[in-house]
Amino acid sequence: MEITLTINDRTFKADVEPRLLLVHFIRENACLTGTHIGCETTTCGACTILLDGKAVKSCTLLAVQARGKRLTTVEGLMKNGRLHPIQEAFWEEHGLQCGYCTPGMIMAAYHLLQENPNPSDEQIRRGLEGNLCRCTGYQNIVKAIQSAAAKLA
Amino acid sequence: MAQKYLGQAIKRTEDPKLVSGLGHFVDDIKLPDLHNVCFVRSIHAHARIRGVDTSLAAALPGVVKVFTGEDCRGIGSIPCASSLQGLKVPHHPVLARNKVRYVGEPIVAVVADSLYRARDAAEAVSVDYEPLPAVVDPEQAAAPNSTFVHEEFSDNVAYVWSLVGGDVDQAFKDADRVIKQRMIHQRLVPAAMEPRGVIARFLPGEKELTLWSSTQIPHLMRTQVAIMLGLFENRVRVIAPEVGGGFGSKLNVYGEEALLGFISMQLQKPVKWIETRRENFTATIQGRGQVGDVEIAVKSDGRVLGIRYTVLADLGAYLQLLTPAIPTLTGLMLTGAYRIPNVRMDVTGVFTNKVATDAYRGAGRPEATYIIERAMDLAALEFDLDPVDVRRVNLVSKREFPYATATGLSYDSGNYEAPLKKALKISQYPRWRRHQVKERKKGRYVGVGVSTYVEICALGPSPAMPAGGWESATVRIEPTGKITILTGVSPHGQGQETSFAQIAADMLGVALEDVLVLHGDTGVVQYGIGTFGSRATAVGGTAVYGAIQKILKKGMLLAAHLLGVSRREVQFRDGKFFLKNDPTKSISLQDLALASYTARKLPPDFEPGLAAIYFYEPTNFTFPFGTHVCVVEVARETGTIKILQYVAVDDCGTIVNPLLVEGQIHGGVVQALGQAFMEEAVYDEIGQLITGEFTDYAIPRAGDVPWMQLDRTETPSPVNPLGIKGVGEAGTIGATPALVNAVVDALRPFGVRHVDMPLRPEKIWKLMQKETS
Ligand code: FES
Ligand code: FES
Repeated sequence: MEITLTINDRTFKADVEPRLLLVHFIRENACLTGTHIGCETTTCGACTILLDGKAVKSCTLLAVQARGKRLTTVEGLMKNGRLHPIQEAFWEEHGLQCGYCTPGMIMAAYHLLQENPNPSDEQIRRGLEGNLCRCTGYQNIVKAIQSAAAKLA
Repeated sequence: MAQKYLGQAIKRTEDPKLVSGLGHFVDDIKLPDLHNVCFVRSIHAHARIRGVDTSLAAALPGVVKVFTGEDCRGIGSIPCASSLQGLKVPHHPVLARNKVRYVGEPIVAVVADSLYRARDAAEAVSVDYEPLPAVVDPEQAAAPNSTFVHEEFSDNVAYVWSLVGGDVDQAFKDADRVIKQRMIHQRLVPAAMEPRGVIARFLPGEKELTLWSSTQIPHLMRTQVAIMLGLFENRVRVIAPEVGGGFGSKLNVYGEEALLGFISMQLQKPVKWIETRRENFTATIQGRGQVGDVEIAVKSDGRVLGIRYTVLADLGAYLQLLTPAIPTLTGLMLTGAYRIPNVRMDVTGVFTNKVATDAYRGAGRPEATYIIERAMDLAALEFDLDPVDVRRVNLVSKREFPYATATGLSYDSGNYEAPLKKALKISQYPRWRRHQVKERKKGRYVGVGVSTYVEICALGPSPAMPAGGWESATVRIEPTGKITILTGVSPHGQGQETSFAQIAADMLGVALEDVLVLHGDTGVVQYGIGTFGSRATAVGGTAVYGAIQKILKKGMLLAAHLLGVSRREVQFRDGKFFLKNDPTKSISLQDLALASYTARKLPPDFEPGLAAIYFYEPTNFTFPFGTHVCVVEVARETGTIKILQYVAVDDCGTIVNPLLVEGQIHGGVVQALGQAFMEEAVYDEIGQLITGEFTDYAIPRAGDVPWMQLDRTETPSPVNPLGIKGVGEAGTIGATPALVNAVVDALRPFGVRHVDMPLRPEKIWKLMQKETS
């Protein structure tokens, strides 16, 4: 099937199998490998991206379902060679160790802060329900999101 | 040395690429003509393979070849590095022939030009199984009438191992009370967020095989894969790119690694396999898996005279790299932070029809700490003493270091009272105890758990290790004065690109940005051991230190020559070599480096260049310690546990970067919480893993986790010049018993003295249905 979609303001056109997962399209067709795969079953959140501004797990969607949509992946957050405040906050607060969950966490945080620019500890934790991290114990991720909220305010 | 960076919370140099999605994990590496490999894995825990039909699969579009066990006869056995006496080591093929011995064991590998086509082909393979009775329960495995996992052995016992120190029998005679308890350390799934993965590329012209693998031990893997494939080791290159967590699960040599190399050589094409999460649960090693009986001999004042531990270790069907060695680490640490002069441990390692157990964060030591810390609480309960007082009676005191344990170790340094005091103060322990009494009267169940742990780190002196315990570093001052460090450790989240740069920058008096730390590529880095056993900074960092010392020594000679004085008149500080009695006469490290490479004016017999390689062999392990205090409330109606406070005061020796240390503690405590409250690899009676995905196996989420209050004391280790002890596993070792002790304490009114992990609500709820006091 022919599809056209936009990722990080670039337009991609491709002929894809209907069963192709969106995450595979992003990683293989668009060669944006910042979006990771940790389960392929919608449980880990490593593949979280923004689809028309909302956080979704890109392993849960087919590429054809994203037809005509605007996607943002972690690579699209940097502007003019500068890290996005959320990325900066993850760096400053040591919100990552191996970094595998990080792109998904950052995209989930992005969505969370859009919905609620000043979230409490508990709201952040609830907002990250769909994202697993095995390294950090989440504490510094929570701190990073709080700090990003302050930066964005 | 100036302390500009050491000890500072420096943010990591590895992060900008990772937060922008620009790091390269195995699956992110693109090669032309890269083909995909998928596996057909056993759906039975134990079965004879009557036949494999691959014809349908081979005929599908895009399929290049299908490999069976027969095709791989030439590949050597998957290695086990442990050399325990009398150990039975079964042949461990990369693809099963004739028989399968656990659910997930690979049988067929299909290669196709895309992932989807490879998956289609794997589904088109049919395997004709004759199911056999499965050996699932380790106690049944040890029974004389059990089915054999390996027919060639006359039973399922892989080995028996004992450790004896002091006179245990006498200790039990002298005791006022003997306390016994069965304790289960359930199997756990390490579940690194990045599954395993391998890319293999054989270049026929160069005759070079390159493997990109998500591993903690690139060099050991290179050696082992070369042996398995019969290749020259120097024609095999292993690259560990970004690695998305390991926790011991990637401290191994797996069949897929050699097999992918073999396939690439056969097809003369690069090939890739990325583990699915299901494969990660079923076919990557699991942790723990001990069922043991603990006995302690106690005096009425709480003094523990001796401890016995008789344990069955559930090894699984095959032996991976360190499988049999893990329970022996439990034995070494069994006496914990206490003066217990008499000890005996008897391990029986048994084969079962499950995937192998092996190192998982803590690897044998969380079991030891759990046992002794639970036992301390049992002793307190027995004599109605405060658990803190029982610990205080038994703790090794500050004056006793180095302390020789009954298990044969020498604890390097310690001050166990210090973190205990601090943790009690921060948590306001006495206040919680009073609160607990009040709450109980209201029908609310609050519990306080303490753990005063000690762990064994910086693994380790080579004679005590299966494959060398030293670590290596090359430090190069490049002609422009930039510093390149090649380390033999293989960090995958621990942050040594930063912490080693901190060490080098301070020692050499340069800016942190001038130092680059490279690792994980056997084509670039000298032989090294890798990252595990909380060793990277304590052992690998000391190797960096040693290499820099060598460079400075050499630099002194050249500086003296260039400054026209004798060696003894020169000093080095803050990036400059200068005359002791006239500091204005100096030469910078940068200029000296350039002079060493241009080599126009060198002292006689002076080797050009400014680089050094250092292999550091530690003389002892290190022994970090600390106290964790946990306060919980258990809900009467639902059995759910709420953590009211978590305090961790850890002492891991000198700290290079507190940010990294705290990160390690956070992550470790939460993994411990996973074990204590949630996680368990459950196999049913026919050996099916019923917790085979994240949907069925709960690892902690952000909302499950308390805010952790961290603090520390700093007792340097005398073992290495930097005083570092290591911290990677402290959390999983120290926290598990604190969490469980807290819950058991909360359940005391219900007559509960022990509950096996994981403490899931339904288990707790049931225990609360019979109130006794
Ligand atoms: S890969 Fe999509 S949720 Fe795990
Ligand atoms: S940083 Fe490793 S999984 Fe989150």
